[in-house]
Amino acid sequence: MPTRRRGGPVPNGASNAEGERELLSSADIARTVARIAHEILEKTADSGAPVVLLGLPTRGVHLAHRLAERVTAIDPDTTVAVGTLDPTLYRDDLRRQPTRPLADTDIPPAGIDDVTVVLVDDVLMSGRTVRAALDALRDHGRPRAVQLAVLVDRGHRELPIRADYVGKNVPTNRGEDVVVSLVESDGADGVAIR
Amino acid sequence: MTSDEGHIGLRHLLSTDGLRREQAEALLDTAASMEQALTGRAVRKLPTLRGRTVVTLFYENSTRTRVSFEVAGKWMSADTINVSASGSSVGKGESLRDTASTLAAAGADAIVVRHPASGAPHRIAGWLDRVGHSHTDGHVAVVNAGDGTHEHPTQALLDAATLRKRLGADLAGRRVAIVGDVLHSRVARSNAHLLATLGAEVTLVAPPTLLPAGVDAWPVAVTHDLDAHLTTGPDAVMMLRVQAERMHGGFFPSAREYAVRFGLNQRRADTLPDHAVVLHPGPAVRGMEIASSVADSARAAIAEQVTAGVHVRMAVLYHLLAGEDSR
Repeated sequence: MPTRRRGGPVPNGASNAEGERELLSSADIARTVARIAHEILEKTADSGAPVVLLGLPTRGVHLAHRLAERVTAIDPDTTVAVGTLDPTLYRDDLRRQPTRPLADTDIPPAGIDDVTVVLVDDVLMSGRTVRAALDALRDHGRPRAVQLAVLVDRGHRELPIRADYVGKNVPTNRGEDVVVSLVESDGADGVAIR
Repeated sequence: MTSDEGHIGLRHLLSTDGLRREQAEALLDTAASMEQALTGRAVRKLPTLRGRTVVTLFYENSTRTRVSFEVAGKWMSADTINVSASGSSVGKGESLRDTASTLAAAGADAIVVRHPASGAPHRIAGWLDRVGHSHTDGHVAVVNAGDGTHEHPTQALLDAATLRKRLGADLAGRRVAIVGDVLHSRVARSNAHLLATLGAEVTLVAPPTLLPAGVDAWPVAVTHDLDAHLTTGPDAVMMLRVQAERMHGGFFPSAREYAVRFGLNQRRADTLPDHAVVLHPGPAVRGMEIASSVADSARAAIAEQVTAGVHVRMAVLYHLLAGEDSR
């Protein structure tokens, strides 16, 4: 895994004893999700195609649900379907590590043909997870367009992939960990680097 | 559905006896994920095992097990090759050991073995582990697809997967009756161990002549009276096929008497609780161990078992072949 996500958020400090530095507070995450929701509405308005948010497990799924909630709150006329896409079986690094456990895949019943799919993940680094997700999508159907939303883009891309919606660009060293915590899985919201 | 530790430490799948609960549950969770991953898709193919070679080596007849392994491999893009005892060099007198090492030397990453001798897959795994064959880096995974009267672990896993779908993911405390020819049944042995490992309470229901020696050491209860046991309201009843080909007379007076005492007829099925599931590993001998009306009823999960078989075998191949430590 390029990003480790263990540990809780760092309370209000530039840096704590373990060398963690807060990147986004709980309030920052709420504002960021709201902004990305606005941007998704703006960028997908003209196409006329329905929007399907597909979260990449684990934290991308939580973010996808939050985004869908915000989009509906901003514009109640927009219907946004939410689903889950586990790209594990499509990864190109399976043989380089111990067997990975699989997560849920849950494509909305209406499918993804001719819709705008927005892939949602917490951290974008090498781009390999996104590539695997694009390959998986191809076997599920043919969306009109595929976009990518991430909470943090930490650089170090290994493939020609970029995000359409970025919460925060963070320059990092390869050795650092970006730790994303969300209430749904970690008890509190926050993004830290260590 | 996701467990934190990925690798479950499985190099071969030879028996359910000795399989740890977390390994069994990881395999069953993976099988459920496989089903999910393939549901409602335009293309039923995953690239996961591209470039891997799975050989099925069958010394006994089989339709569903062989097809199931082959489909599982193909849906994950492995190259699957079938070798049967007739039509191979086995007919020329080649030993099991030589056949296995030939397949390994030819590039098999996994060998799925069915053999009439109990323990044959263990022997193959032992030989291949010692020699180290595959030209890439040594490990060839062996999967037992049924050995004599010993074990048939993927059948037990698919039965458990079917029960989890019908009864809920936690089988702890569930009561499962395994009925019939336990003596000749590798399915019964594998199921008894796996279900016990998953926390279920297993009862064998069979005539004394069709119970194996040493059954006292199994993690099960034993009874000879099907009617009495059905009144206790089991959550699932697993009917075993009467294995005429392994019987050489004298196990019960007549087929008719067996059907009367141990067959699941409509009257008996009607005494089961509404939620109770009827399983049969197939091929079923209708009118013998199970009545046609029961086999075709809604509580029978026979077709679901076959479907679950593909997902379970995908999960097994995934855990044996996809990661680095398994090689």
